[in-house]
Amino acid sequence: MWKRFSSNIGAMIGVVLLVAVIAIAIFAPLLFSHDPWQMVQRPFLAPFSMDGLPLGTDTLGRDVASQLAYGARVSLLVGLVSTLVALLIGVPLGALAGFYGNWVDEGAMRFTEFFQTIPNFALAIVLVAIFEPTLASITIAIAIVSWPPVARLVRAEVMSVRKREFVDAARLAGLSRPRILMTQVLPNTVSPIIVMASLMVATAILLESSLSFLGLGDPNAMSWGYMIGAARTVIRSAWWLSFFPGIAIVITVLALNLIGEGLNDALNPHLSRKGKA
Amino acid sequence: MSIFTVILSRAFKAFLTLLAIAVLNFCLLHAAPGDPAVVLAGEAGAADEQMIEQLRERFGLDQPFYVQLGKYVGGVLQFDLGYSFRQGAPVSELILDRLPATLLLTLTAFVISLVLGIAFGVAASARVGKPSDSLLTTLALLFYATPLYWAALMAVLVFSVWLGWLPGFGYETVGADYTGMARVIDIAKHLVLPALTLGLFFMAVYMRMTRASMLEVSQLDFVKTAKAKGLSGPAIRRRHILRNAILPVVTLAGLQAGQLVGGAVLTETVFAWPGIGRLMFESLAARDYNTILGVFLVSAAMVILFNIVTDIVYRLVDPRIGARA
Repeated sequence: MWKRFSSNIGAMIGVVLLVAVIAIAIFAPLLFSHDPWQMVQRPFLAPFSMDGLPLGTDTLGRDVASQLAYGARVSLLVGLVSTLVALLIGVPLGALAGFYGNWVDEGAMRFTEFFQTIPNFALAIVLVAIFEPTLASITIAIAIVSWPPVARLVRAEVMSVRKREFVDAARLAGLSRPRILMTQVLPNTVSPIIVMASLMVATAILLESSLSFLGLGDPNAMSWGYMIGAARTVIRSAWWLSFFPGIAIVITVLALNLIGEGLNDALNPHLSRKGKA
Repeated sequence: MSIFTVILSRAFKAFLTLLAIAVLNFCLLHAAPGDPAVVLAGEAGAADEQMIEQLRERFGLDQPFYVQLGKYVGGVLQFDLGYSFRQGAPVSELILDRLPATLLLTLTAFVISLVLGIAFGVAASARVGKPSDSLLTTLALLFYATPLYWAALMAVLVFSVWLGWLPGFGYETVGADYTGMARVIDIAKHLVLPALTLGLFFMAVYMRMTRASMLEVSQLDFVKTAKAKGLSGPAIRRRHILRNAILPVVTLAGLQAGQLVGGAVLTETVFAWPGIGRLMFESLAARDYNTILGVFLVSAAMVILFNIVTDIVYRLVDPRIGARA
């Protein structure tokens, strides 16, 4: 599996980019001595014009490079945690629906369908606006709008796995239904979930940045979306202030998408062949 | 099932969904921190005890939860979405005022992204492995990772500020007072950048899907039959492969409609486009919950409408579905 993954050039580019972003996020305090909120120079300093401030300063004279590094922390954290929370909602719901069928399935799927009809970004805006923007509320709002596809995927996987012979064998061996679900069925659905999760982190990062762009970010956390939103009004005079954070988002999201596709090819080879020929 | 019964059953389902959203809206309003009467009093500009009591009575906030819920949902059914103190007008009026601009923007973006996405996807699949395919696939991968508000900002910078080709702001030229055809052309010019940048992300999604789907279908037996019959490559692609490959793309387009409508909030904010997305953005800073929830409800209704349209298109493209269902 690793062999297939590592021979995929796109996936390896993704890994390198993501590792770089993670390293910058972790070592941000070591790389930059001043914190991202602190005024260090006169405002609107152009990039590459002063030593020690490679990307210049923003509208309030804060170090843009430092802001980018700290912004990586928020993006990665929110992306990762919101995906985990979405999995915690979607996996059990989908598993119960797919395994028990009948009215459980019917109910769970109606519920999921309802959440899929609602425009997810609009719902995220409403949730964050009403519950005050904090990292926690943003993370939970993103999780709430991103779990439905997980539930549908897990349901479909569980439905196909539970008809296999080894599940019949487990039942004959006297295992209880919940036990069969937990130890026999679910472990066989892990690989498509992993693929979906890596793509979900990417989407979550885009969502978080969009919320911060609209001014719905945590006021105590520097984020890329906030940087772009704050620089929007000065785009004519200082375009680089919106340009660099955007590039940071594109690189991070691109890396995660490449990794997700690489994982898909490596974990579900029979699926990807068809599209490749 | 005839198309008519399909529309009828879809409309009934849509009605139930909207009702559920109205209930959700109401619960969210009540979950919001702070006493709504105090908030209302504050918004109205006075906050003494007596005023708060009056407001509580006037808006029925002293009544039990289920009575309030019934009243709210009943109001929504009559398209009464509450009053916006910030804007000094009923929310439904504000939304109706701005809805045409949003419909114009989202529908244009939807059509552009679908048509261009399918066209590029077909083009790429016909040249698999060649440089032009790699170029298209790479571009799609990049657009797929680009936040659409950032793409919008960069488009304004390049095409409006630097090159001066297109207006990057508003719905029409203020003060020009064009009429007739001149006005249509003016609005169309203003529409180009918002619609393209809103559609860019979705175009990438549809292109990738079309390409994968075309390649998958081209492996099927009936394509070999068509080749054996001596049909030319382009004819097979157009008449046999595309008609089958397009189905999952149309399904996806329906599913993505929600994201498109949500994305309009960002695009309209960047371009100062006078639609409901911009209205939502303005209401955010003002904490104008009635308006925010009203826009939310209407955008959900728009998504349902997009889905019904997609469903009908689906049936037109694939005659087998009507027979099966």
